[in-house]
Amino acid sequence: MRADGRLELVGELRTHEARRLWRTLNEAAKSSGPQLDLDLARTTAIDSVVVVLLVELRGILGARGTKCELVHVPAAIGPVVHLYGGDTPLAAKPAPMIEEGALARLGARVEALAHQARDPVSFAGELVTTMVETVRRPRIGNWRAVPSLIQHTGAEAIPIVIVLLFLVGFTIAMQSTPSLQLVGANIYVVDLVSISVTRELAPLMGAIIITGRSGAGFAAEIGTMRISEEIDALRTMGIAPMPYLVLPRVLALAIVAPMLVLIGDVAAVIGGLVVAVVSLGLTPQAYLAELQATLIPSDVWTGLVKSGVFGIAIALIGCQQGLAARGAAAGVGRRTTATVVICLFAIVVLDTLMTIFFRRVDV
Amino acid sequence: MTAVVDVQDLAIGWSADAVLIEHASFAVEAGEIFGILGRSASGKSTMMRALVGLDPPLAGTIRIDGETPIHNHQRPQFGVMFQQGALFGSMTVGDNIALALETWTDLPRDAIRAIVNAKLRLVGLEATADHSPATLSGGMRKRVAIARALALDPSLLFLDEPSSGLDPITAVEIDRLIALLARELGLAVVLVTHDLGSVYAIVDRCILIDREARCVLATGKPRELAASTDLRVRRFFTRTQEAT
Repeated sequence: MRADGRLELVGELRTHEARRLWRTLNEAAKSSGPQLDLDLARTTAIDSVVVVLLVELRGILGARGTKCELVHVPAAIGPVVHLYGGDTPLAAKPAPMIEEGALARLGARVEALAHQARDPVSFAGELVTTMVETVRRPRIGNWRAVPSLIQHTGAEAIPIVIVLLFLVGFTIAMQSTPSLQLVGANIYVVDLVSISVTRELAPLMGAIIITGRSGAGFAAEIGTMRISEEIDALRTMGIAPMPYLVLPRVLALAIVAPMLVLIGDVAAVIGGLVVAVVSLGLTPQAYLAELQATLIPSDVWTGLVKSGVFGIAIALIGCQQGLAARGAAAGVGRRTTATVVICLFAIVVLDTLMTIFFRRVDV
Repeated sequence: MTAVVDVQDLAIGWSADAVLIEHASFAVEAGEIFGILGRSASGKSTMMRALVGLDPPLAGTIRIDGETPIHNHQRPQFGVMFQQGALFGSMTVGDNIALALETWTDLPRDAIRAIVNAKLRLVGLEATADHSPATLSGGMRKRVAIARALALDPSLLFLDEPSSGLDPITAVEIDRLIALLARELGLAVVLVTHDLGSVYAIVDRCILIDREARCVLATGKPRELAASTDLRVRRFFTRTQEAT
């Protein structure tokens, strides 16, 4: 730097040198006085990246009150300097935004969460209105879609439900084996597996599988339709998205979820049977006799009711999130992720509430 | 002439604090091709969304055949073509066109099939009924979208940038198709565009909207507007920075 407040930049200023140059310029700028001009008289070539950095430095210095200009720009590099605003006067900096305090940010976050929780609830209300309208005018519903939705969300999910619930039953029985053997109560493995699975684990595991397969799928499918204006196109044809897209999906999952759970119940009981026979020395006949004596209808139907409620909730959340998608593909991705998170949260909360309710009414 | 679309003192935008255009008043007559013109992001598509009832206007009234446009389980009063076609990707081309017919008529499937084929023939794509929209080119998708908009034989069509993103030859073909539909079927067409080639070729009358001025800058025939004394209008129509 020269004593007259000028920094001379010599030779070729290339992109690969930009990092070192930026550091050097910042160091020089620290000790600058009221004026620091960047002299390009002996610059033979300059990349646009370097011009941008020089313009940025000019802005930083200007904000600090140091006058800075790019001077003696040779004709050869004049166009690129002009293109990036190196020869235009420094614009006045806009007033800094007042930064929100932590409390305001917390408030905004809580408000957003409240909105998020309220949306599915008001959406469910809208669905009820639609159902009433659909009873009055059945043709507004897209009933033809229901069988294929049942096929896709139900029949195609059967293998994974069987495998996972078999393993759940197997694992519960395995975990309980040492304790049961210790007290000589091997036969109670049947009670343990059958009641825990039918009342709790099969509906929960089934709901998790349905969330991953169908809830997220609904959000992605409807979200993509939303951002590609397909939903708008439907509306301009006089076809409302609620009876056309949402109602068939809710209906499909309300039918499919209990069916999957029932299949899962059987798979889990068989998983327990394998352990009971192989590790605990029970006969299949003894296992099935104990199952018949232990398992009461309410164990099964409470699980099926739970799964039906989960199915409806998953379909509602997936469709609501899909319809709320905005922007481009990233918006769909965000809504799909949100669907999984909200569904898992809703499933656990609903499960707790229904368990309390069933205990209160003693079923 | 009867006003098919009657717009009075319309204001559009995202909120009262973010108004794009206000005090817009115009009428579209039966059988004419009416252009809504403006630069990119000037609010043309937002105005079309308000006109077809997808977004509520901030102020003013919109009447289509004397009624406010709504989509509450009612047979639509008009056909709409969106900028990217907005064809239903999960259906075939034929099913895209058949959907409105299945919803709003009692016709048997074979009759609907015949109508679908006739609509596709009208746009020159009769062999594509069983194709997936994903297999079509951009120009073909726009043609199918026009055929879908025509499914219920509306007397009014809204077309959002029908020739944008197309090569010049395909764009001219689309323009010819629109002109043919307006002439032969007597349709009123509201055409949202910034393509001056289309404007000069097929538009009867138009409005020019401007986001900076937040209003309709001019209304009239394209060639009249090109000779406007308003510098902003002349700049748009002569495609120059300075009107000279």
